Amino acid sequence: MTQAELRLCSLLLQEHFGEIVEKVGNSLLRTGPRPLRLLVGDTGLLPDQVKKALCVLIQHNLVRYEVQPRGSVEYEARSERILRILRYPRYIYTAKTLYGDPGELLVEELLLHGHLPMSSAVARVADRLTETMEDGKTMDYTEVSSTFVRLADTHFIQRCPTVPESLQSPKAPPPPAPALAIDEKEMYVVPRLSLVGKGKRRHSCNEEEEGEHKAKRQKQEGGRSETPPDDGIYWQVNLERFHQHFRDQALVSAVASRMDQTSSEVVRTMLRMSEVTTASGASHTQPLSSNEIFRSLPAGYNIGKQVLDQYLALLADDPLEFVGKSGDSGGGTYTVKVTRGPGASWAPPSPFPHPSLILLLLHRFGSRCARIFRLLLRKKHLEQKQVEDFAMIPAKEAKDMLYRMLSENLVSLQEIPKTPDHAPSRTFYLYTVNVMAAARMLLHRCYKSVANLMERRQHEMQENKRLLDKSQRVEAILASMQATGAEEAQLHEVEEMLTGPERQQLETLKRNVNKIDASENQVDETIFVLESFIESTTKRP
Amino acid sequence: LSMAGRGRGRGRGQMTFNVEAVGIGKGDALPPPTLQPSPLFPALERRAAPLPGGEEGEYMLALKQELRRAMRGLPYFVKPGAPRRDIERYSDKYQLSSPVDSAIDWNPDWRRLPRELKIRVRRLRKGRTTSLVPKKYVAVDKEETIKKLESLEKKEEEVTSEEEEEKEEEEEGKEEEEEEYDEEEHEEETDYVLSYFDNGESFGPDSDDNGDEAVY
Repeated sequence: MTQAELRLCSLLLQEHFGEIVEKVGNSLLRTGPRPLRLLVGDTGLLPDQVKKALCVLIQHNLVRYEVQPRGSVEYEARSERILRILRYPRYIYTAKTLYGDPGELLVEELLLHGHLPMSSAVARVADRLTETMEDGKTMDYTEVSSTFVRLADTHFIQRCPTVPESLQSPKAPPPPAPALAIDEKEMYVVPRLSLVGKGKRRHSCNEEEEGEHKAKRQKQEGGRSETPPDDGIYWQVNLERFHQHFRDQALVSAVASRMDQTSSEVVRTMLRMSEVTTASGASHTQPLSSNEIFRSLPAGYNIGKQVLDQYLALLADDPLEFVGKSGDSGGGTYTVKVTRGPGASWAPPSPFPHPSLILLLLHRFGSRCARIFRLLLRKKHLEQKQVEDFAMIPAKEAKDMLYRMLSENLVSLQEIPKTPDHAPSRTFYLYTVNVMAAARMLLHRCYKSVANLMERRQHEMQENKRLLDKSQRVEAILASMQATGAEEAQLHEVEEMLTGPERQQLETLKRNVNKIDASENQVDETIFVLESFIESTTKRP
Repeated sequence: LSMAGRGRGRGRGQMTFNVEAVGIGKGDALPPPTLQPSPLFPALERRAAPLPGGEEGEYMLALKQELRRAMRGLPYFVKPGAPRRDIERYSDKYQLSSPVDSAIDWNPDWRRLPRELKIRVRRLRKGRTTSLVPKKYVAVDKEETIKKLESLEKKEEEVTSEEEEEKEEEEEGKEEEEEEYDEEEHEEETDYVLSYFDNGESFGPDSDDNGDEAVY
């Protein structure tokens, strides 16, 4: 792991789980998998604090454990999963666009709690939705349940590995840690539950007392009495599936911008049909016949069969190879090419890193630098003189830009010796772009950027802490006064407690924090593109 | 790759490769050598592009901030225990329980976690010395019943710690029995009772020996 990744993981853990969890996570990330005792010693925390932190981290799938042959349990941090915390808003928003409010809240609850049983998730979401509804109305469990089932069917959520049925003899001591496992087939099977009920609205005023009385009664009855019907079956969000969705989205929009709306709809339909049959990391979808595609087009599109065939032919012929023709049965079978190898030709659209790299150059170094870069991408290898000529940039400037890019690892020099003795005067020196190296470099920069942004945001909040506290107090006073029906004049007086300049300061702070947060989201989009590219390229045999 | 630049400072003009091929002509002025690390905040040569706005961006921004706020309130946000006060104060009794190190505020499914991570939660009571007697080895999921002054207290939940039993067997006794308040709304109701039976013994996090001491 690079320092930049470590630092970012650290900040994410601290911001979402507190410093104790951060310390434990840090120790695991920096020193590798270790048992509990070493963790306690290393972090200097109390044993109970470390245990609590580990429980939290395991609950959220950020740490996994393994029983070693000697019997001790080793814990290992999952750095790539920790980095995904940055993407939570995007997952939740996507769920909203696909499955509406119930979908959004279900994914949010699962992300907030790491994993939940279905019964618990449905209940929580129903309660939350009820809160937002008009007085007297409640959200029924069935609607939330059906959304849950749809999320499972389309693989956006999956079952967690379960505790195995213990087949040991009762005499043998139980293992120090359960070996959780799950069968591939079981992962999306929703248990047959009849979840009946409606969301509960929290009563506004007497809420505290009522809650207490209820809790007391429950305790007296012996605690949470029945075990829920789906005891032991937990669900988690399937991040990989969301990633696949993002890739598909990027592909569809690339087609739309290159061709037209209809062709992008065709590609979108093809991708939708192969949603669950395409293994993540596969380079093509399964072949689909044009008849099947025709049948699956969305209702609003009445294009004739021949027109569809023409579109498919056009897509297959396009040099960017979005769609490949794989056979002739059923009116012609087609696949969508989901990933591309490093030997791709000129400027392919997202989700490939080239646009990000070009944009980086454009914004940091200027349009001429970007021009040189695109030239090198197209021509692969060029000599210094050729760069000047093709790019139509004066020698001095071209030199300067090439060296800057060289020092940033965006381009590299390739030696081609003319003679066996590699004499410098008789060797070609060619500039070239190593896309993989450039992508890694940019990714590293992105991690650093987000970490810097987070630190700056925390700094801004810290600087204005006094003012923020004051403003919160004023709001609390105002709220209570309004509840008890105070007069206009009194309310005004309280409002005046915050002076004009102070309000200004708060406004500026809010604007800055919003800007920084939005930037973090933006950088995460680039991180996704780069990570996908690097992952798909390194996977290819 | 940085070597391409490095060579320029020393031995002007002498390099292992033909400089003309790379583009440095004869007699060209070379840039001055760098004598200090690059500045912490280098001047921006051009402004950054504006952030993409739009409904999607706005919504995700709101989501992000809401998530951050929500997670701080969840029990997964582990706060350090209240620091030890040097003097017991009367008001301590009536304060809402501060976060306590060895209490776990949510109910994980212990079946899915390594046994060593189980934390014991026990309600503190007066005359607790009797409970410190080491127990015999007990089975994992057995619930322990309250030992003292039960008639006035309500029933609590307890979770046993495997660690403790193993240690007792090994006679190390390093792990200390942390007896802390269960953070439940119960506390409010039992105030009256507590003060009625207050015999001056302290309770709460302050009185715990929070260290690696043997349990007698």
